[in-house]
Amino acid sequence: MRKRQQRLFALVRKELTQMLRDRRTLGIIMAIPLIELFIFAYAVEMTVDHIPTAVVDMSQDDESRRLVEALVVSGFFDVDVYLNSEAELIHALDAGQVRAGFVIPPNFAEALQRGTAQVLVLVDGSDSFTVQSGYSAALSVTQAFATDLMLQKIDRLGQDVGGVPIESFTHVLYNPNMDDMVFIVPGLGAMLLQYMTINLTATVVVREREMGTIEQLLITPTRPLELMVGKMVPNILFSFLAMMIVTFTGIFWFDVPFRGNFWLYVWLTLLFIVSGLGMGLLMSTVAQTQKQVQQLSQLVAVLGLLLTGFIYPRPPMPVAIQAVGGLIPLTYFVRIVRGIFTKGVGLEFLWSDVTALLIYSAVIMTLAAVTFRKRLD
Amino acid sequence: MSEYAIAADGLTKVFKTRGGLVTAVSELTLHVQPGETFGLIGPDGAGKTTATRVILGLLRRSGGHSSILGYDSMRDTYAIRERVGYIAQQFALPADLTVMENMQFFAHVQGVSPRQQKQRIPDLLAFAGLGEFTERLAGRLSGGMKKKLALACSLVHEPQVVLLDEPTLGVDPVSRREFWHLLGKLRAEKGLTILVCTPYMDEAERCNRVGLMVNGRFIAYDTPKAIKRQVNGRLLEFTPSDTPNTLALLQNPSRLGVDGILEVQTYGAMLHLFVDDPALRVPQLTAALSAQGITLDGLREIEPRMEEAFISLIRRQEEERVDGKRLSVVGTA
Repeated sequence: MRKRQQRLFALVRKELTQMLRDRRTLGIIMAIPLIELFIFAYAVEMTVDHIPTAVVDMSQDDESRRLVEALVVSGFFDVDVYLNSEAELIHALDAGQVRAGFVIPPNFAEALQRGTAQVLVLVDGSDSFTVQSGYSAALSVTQAFATDLMLQKIDRLGQDVGGVPIESFTHVLYNPNMDDMVFIVPGLGAMLLQYMTINLTATVVVREREMGTIEQLLITPTRPLELMVGKMVPNILFSFLAMMIVTFTGIFWFDVPFRGNFWLYVWLTLLFIVSGLGMGLLMSTVAQTQKQVQQLSQLVAVLGLLLTGFIYPRPPMPVAIQAVGGLIPLTYFVRIVRGIFTKGVGLEFLWSDVTALLIYSAVIMTLAAVTFRKRLD
Repeated sequence: MSEYAIAADGLTKVFKTRGGLVTAVSELTLHVQPGETFGLIGPDGAGKTTATRVILGLLRRSGGHSSILGYDSMRDTYAIRERVGYIAQQFALPADLTVMENMQFFAHVQGVSPRQQKQRIPDLLAFAGLGEFTERLAGRLSGGMKKKLALACSLVHEPQVVLLDEPTLGVDPVSRREFWHLLGKLRAEKGLTILVCTPYMDEAERCNRVGLMVNGRFIAYDTPKAIKRQVNGRLLEFTPSDTPNTLALLQNPSRLGVDGILEVQTYGAMLHLFVDDPALRVPQLTAALSAQGITLDGLREIEPRMEEAFISLIRRQEEERVDGKRLSVVGTA
């Protein structure tokens, strides 16, 4: 027992010393999550506004000008190009000069009076975010414009209809200002953490094998499980540190509110780290070189980005694809982290995801321990 | 069984590869007495490393038996690991740890108490001549120093047996001599049992007994002296004035009209020639060659060393395998 402790302690100290000695790698490892956080924060916008827009106004009357003004006021469209024909507009879209265009046919005001006015909206479909935002913004701006006109018309007729029959009030819970950062930061931290744990663990194991030092270690009384734990402990420490840096930067720099129980967050983060380490160990039994590790962890990172619900919602995905996402621990942790961070809920709502993560970690660790061999062949 | 420090009986290791089964070690039997230095010698790819790894329990054996200090290689793996030191072929200590950190790491992993470490580590470092380099990273040591550090690390738990896999590979001759000097001291002072794999014949001569391994099996297994006696004939050394022609003539002695020529080996610019009777053959040979316009410089009889014996035995083995008869001894019949 005493010898086992001595061995474990020596293995952990060895790994820590090696990690701390390689300052450059360590610096890169710790800096990358922060850099990515800032890039995401300042560069990525989920909702697209101020879309460069062109207008073909064939009416040039008061009403058409009022419509254009309404588009600009909405904040979604920046009208800075005026063109003369639909053909010119399509050319401008082709050239990428503008992302959206409005064609107002001649005699717009008259048509409005008759109730037969039409406006053609063209949106650049090569960019999905622009389509989504531009499409719905154009719809709501023109709808509001029409409703407004209708009310004026009724008003002029001297009738009192008491406003629009239905008015809906939307109240966005947890993120009332629809701030993208509130949406991104918790999930991003989780995703970066997953990449880091898997990559770090697989790399240290494979590096040992590549350098041939594993043979000299296997010939000592060290048990494979001790070797495994010795490699995991420093990784848990560094991954946890990185996660906390991202979390606190999110809270204090980007003003992302943290509504839940911090200790619950810490414990579940540790559980998540363990699941990632297990995946890394498993990966190291497949990958034989550090290059292969990089390739494989890229794959997991991309799958994590696409399938786990971090950015794209899972429910619309086909069942088989959802199942693939279910193999990645991030899927469960994204929900957990948003639950605690943003919604402020506790285990009473998160238990199913926490249980899934627990089972996941137990299974993958057992698998990793079984495949982590004590012999060379 | 257990009176042997290292024992293998009919030890076999078969690798499964894509091209089929490859027998790396075949029916190997060896017995090393306590305190003995045993040399596993042979060309690259002979199966020395595989045999060592199987005996250590690093690889699963496919057949036969092997044990160290009476502990079975497969069953008592950890008992063996607590009592045995090993240096793998490639320098395999963590390069990003210092000399001292490496020593301490292996000491801890081997369960050496801190009190024992305080005494033992400086002793071992002084013994290995690394006392001044405790803070240097292992990766920055010279090739010879790396090997000495590996030796020191493998001795930190005071093993009774050490297995060294080509410990002087890529090391300069001076360092090699120093390394063997250290091994000699260990043998004399501590009665250490040493099994060493080496392709160097001068190192083989330093062993009590050697096993000459080719294609996974022993073709000779005895003391170096006895092995050298297995070589037919006596050895002449000389520098001919025209080496390629001389070599061609000697390889086909009937053309030269001289009997009793057993085997010729090149040795740098010199030739080594085995003949049945030097007193009889030297004058014949000199005459026959000078008739071809070739003069011989520095002709003398020398004691065959392991190197000549080794080449001769391997050649004989190969010729037996190819033709089923001994071509190299033509002329003695």
